[in-house]
Amino acid sequence: MGEVPAWKDDFPISWVDDHYVTRREFTKSLGLVSCAAFAATGTLAALGARRGGPRGAPARIAGVEELPVGGWKVFEYPEPGDPCLLVRLDRDRFAAFSQKCTHLGCPVVFRAAARKLYCPCHEGYFAAEDGRVLAGPPPRPLPRVNLERRGDDLWAMGIQS
Amino acid sequence: MLDPEMEFFMDPSRCIGCQACSHACSECDTHRGVSMIHLEFVDRAESTQTVPVVCMHCEDPACANACPADAIKKTADGVVQSALQSRCIGCSNCALACPFGVPRYVARIDQMMKCDLCYDRTSAGKRPMCVTVCPSGALAFGPRREIEALRRERPANRFRFGRQEVRTKVQIMLPGEGDALEMDVAELMAEGDADGRSSGVEGRLPDFVGR
Repeated sequence: MGEVPAWKDDFPISWVDDHYVTRREFTKSLGLVSCAAFAATGTLAALGARRGGPRGAPARIAGVEELPVGGWKVFEYPEPGDPCLLVRLDRDRFAAFSQKCTHLGCPVVFRAAARKLYCPCHEGYFAAEDGRVLAGPPPRPLPRVNLERRGDDLWAMGIQS
Repeated sequence: MLDPEMEFFMDPSRCIGCQACSHACSECDTHRGVSMIHLEFVDRAESTQTVPVVCMHCEDPACANACPADAIKKTADGVVQSALQSRCIGCSNCALACPFGVPRYVARIDQMMKCDLCYDRTSAGKRPMCVTVCPSGALAFGPRREIEALRRERPANRFRFGRQEVRTKVQIMLPGEGDALEMDVAELMAEGDADGRSSGVEGRLPDFVGR
């Protein structure tokens, strides 16, 4: 039998040799996988950053005197079927948020005495002023609806996700 | 891991052609319906003699050397496995390369299939399926001293093809003194016998079963 050609090393017949991974091969695959993961997360981050900015056309949602202080009202914005919550915090302060809890999508309710938005499904609490998470499992603040007062009416000017 | 003491012995002179081995093989759940052991007629026109063909598990397997897809692998305990499903391209190179005619191309699945010594059974200490059913002892699996005590024939595992010698893991039982088998391929592939009678495919088998 003649000399064993070099390519035979790459395609060994022995099962053990076929399964053997050299340190160089392992390091190479480790490097390639890390580069791919880095590029993938970078792409996702770039795509996420490009989104942003409020969505939705301006729409009238309520009259100023419609709600008492501590009162709340559900409206649909920016599309029909997207429930949002308008709350009156003070005489002059209003806030509006998406009603879908950021955890699993249950509707949140306003607790006027505690000035908190409460999700009954898993005991999630959000601040009524800015929608940030106070307690419970929700991972992100509630998307906030920008409000504008036009005379005696309140207008939604886009939702900030 | 295969017990190194346990060896496969094949004695064609004891084969009675009952097909039990191939039926038992095809009942295996890993390849149901397809037998990986074949029963060949030595010279069908002249004799009813049959010979079971199991993979001989060569030390340097020709099938694996000929495989362009790197699909045939040999385990550390010397068992040449059937083609890896994900790699086999069904080219039949192995079937042409094997000096014993073991690998078969199965068109239905476009893959080669061959005997793997029931690796799932033998590596767990059980005997191959064909051995468990062979009624005449043509196929045997056990320690060498046990076989040598029981039989007149002597086990051999060297086959000479011209100047090339093929050594196998499976032992073939030889009568008399010889410990190696001369395989004169040119003679076996002759188109006709001395008396002018054509010997077909059956005539291509070696002399060890006594024509």
